[in-house]
Amino acid sequence: MIKLTYRDAVRRALADALRADENVIFFGEDVAEAGGVFKVTPGLYEEFGGERVMDTPISEEAFIGAALGAAITGMRPVAELMFADFVPVAMDQIANQIAKYRYMSGGQFIVPLTIRAAQGAGAGFGTQHSQCVESWLLNIPGIKIVVPGTVKDMYGLLRTAIDDNNPVIVLEHKVLYNYAEEIDEAELTHVPLGKAAVRRVGKDITVVATQLMMHRSLDAAERLAGEGIDCEVIDLRTMIPLDEETILESIAKTGRLVIVEEAPHAGGWGADIAALAADKGIYWLDAPVKRVNMGGALIAYSPPLEDEVVPNVSRIADAIRAVMRA
Amino acid sequence: MTQNGIALPAQMRQDMLKKMLEIRAAEERIQGLFLENLVRGTTHLCIGQEACSVGVAAVLQPGDTMTCTYRGHGHALAMGMTMKALMAEMMGKASGACKGKGGSMHMTDASIGLLGANAIVGAQLPIAVGAALTSRLKKTGNITVTFFGEGAANIGAFHESLNLAAIWKLPVLFICENNLYGEYSVWSKTTPVRDIAVRASSYGIPGIVVDGQDAECVYHEVSAMAERARRGEGPALIELKTYRFRGHSRTDQAPYRPKGELEEWLKRDPILILKERMIADGQLDETEFEELRESIDRQVVEVVEWAKTEPYPPVEALYEDIYYEG
Repeated sequence: MIKLTYRDAVRRALADALRADENVIFFGEDVAEAGGVFKVTPGLYEEFGGERVMDTPISEEAFIGAALGAAITGMRPVAELMFADFVPVAMDQIANQIAKYRYMSGGQFIVPLTIRAAQGAGAGFGTQHSQCVESWLLNIPGIKIVVPGTVKDMYGLLRTAIDDNNPVIVLEHKVLYNYAEEIDEAELTHVPLGKAAVRRVGKDITVVATQLMMHRSLDAAERLAGEGIDCEVIDLRTMIPLDEETILESIAKTGRLVIVEEAPHAGGWGADIAALAADKGIYWLDAPVKRVNMGGALIAYSPPLEDEVVPNVSRIADAIRAVMRA
Repeated sequence: MTQNGIALPAQMRQDMLKKMLEIRAAEERIQGLFLENLVRGTTHLCIGQEACSVGVAAVLQPGDTMTCTYRGHGHALAMGMTMKALMAEMMGKASGACKGKGGSMHMTDASIGLLGANAIVGAQLPIAVGAALTSRLKKTGNITVTFFGEGAANIGAFHESLNLAAIWKLPVLFICENNLYGEYSVWSKTTPVRDIAVRASSYGIPGIVVDGQDAECVYHEVSAMAERARRGEGPALIELKTYRFRGHSRTDQAPYRPKGELEEWLKRDPILILKERMIADGQLDETEFEELRESIDRQVVEVVEWAKTEPYPPVEALYEDIYYEG
């Protein structure tokens, strides 16, 4: 057994992918010689050299577009967008180019590229460095979206993303970088995209969440267990493809659903899960579906304000209690 | 303007003339197809600019790649796309270059290195940078060329791409077709420098201005930069001074042009320039030219009639090639 952090898992997945396939290359801002601003990638440049691990200028549109050009000509690039909040800077390349290149050419290309980005609040980075962006990307067929929440998933989903012949955006939660698990190294294997994980089995209510919200939902579930509420917590792991089956099976069992998002309410991914429940699970539901999220608020710098905007264990527990009472 | 007096071999001249006539005939027929409502949406004709695509394509070798603009029918034909693939694509037919999914603005043929025409101004530049990165990493000796209009020289992707290609010393040629008008706006109204080529100096790469109406001149100047790139000496910015004889897109009658300007440029028709030179050198006479022109016109008409009878893709194709399966 070894103790591994979520940060270590990223580095290890990248190193193993670079070792496994010489077409894998990795680039981004300060990822090579400096080892990344979150110190996620130290040592890769030293091990694999400057031809395969490269620093880029601060030019998100150019290097994300270059990842596409490299991917359609035989490489398997992994590009890092330092903060996920920078996704819109490269949005034309992501939404109009990367996602559509295979389709609009009539299937002439595969686009085996991975974009990694650190997202999430809780570290005091302020309004433009703290957002979770999966919902911005959800409306773009042609890409896959991965949101690892555990150490093993961070490793396994990133490996699978890099091996995938489609563009995959891997969103890493920056608050989880120091999160550690005791694991057997043999458990560090590829994790399939499109398969949710039931993190806690329960019979009374289904809680769907990802990343930091998944961990807080598990804490809320423990708190509520003492009150006689038995929560089932589902970690989506990937947004596209979405594992509808695991969600529906759980709703069929519990009849109640709470969705916890670290994001604003309008247009959030939680609305899709609620719509799924309404469409395919309505007859199993015994209570209205509730979404816990940031409402219409923005992330602020000041600690009490940042703490307030992101759903915490108490808010999640309150929402679960409310749905149990309904 | 750079001039180069060295005549190309007779066969190369013949091939270039023929290709320019094919592009001209195709473009004129496409305009007619609009009036017949067989081509939908919009289209952007390159009539008057044929020497640019033909002169550049003549430089390319097997394995070289190209990205280009939505004014891209000429680029595609010059690269070697078949008239059938082009015309069927124009009409959205299953046998089109992109199985009917791309249309006028997305002509793509990976088998000949045509990595795609792009409908977003400037987006093709970063993609070309990535393709050139593949060539450098795989040490293929290949180059990538990317076409764009002078309007794209004011978009961020242009500057980011030149910068990235320069610091990574990539074998990519940035080829600006300066046809004086970005949509309906004259170049001088939107851009404070007389030549785009001067912008190369910001990135420490060569920038040259070339007569884009003279296919031989284009060939010579681009050849020199291509050889340099193949030797590993990095990118170049090449500005081809040219003119579109038609409006920006299908409905544009170009009322913004000063009186007499078009007439002056018509005297510098790229087909006329090469034809007269070949006649002067005893390689062609008027009768042979007319026979060639008429035979090409007939072939284009035949292909168009064939394309009209081709089937549309089945509706199931809508859902194919969004993702690579497997």
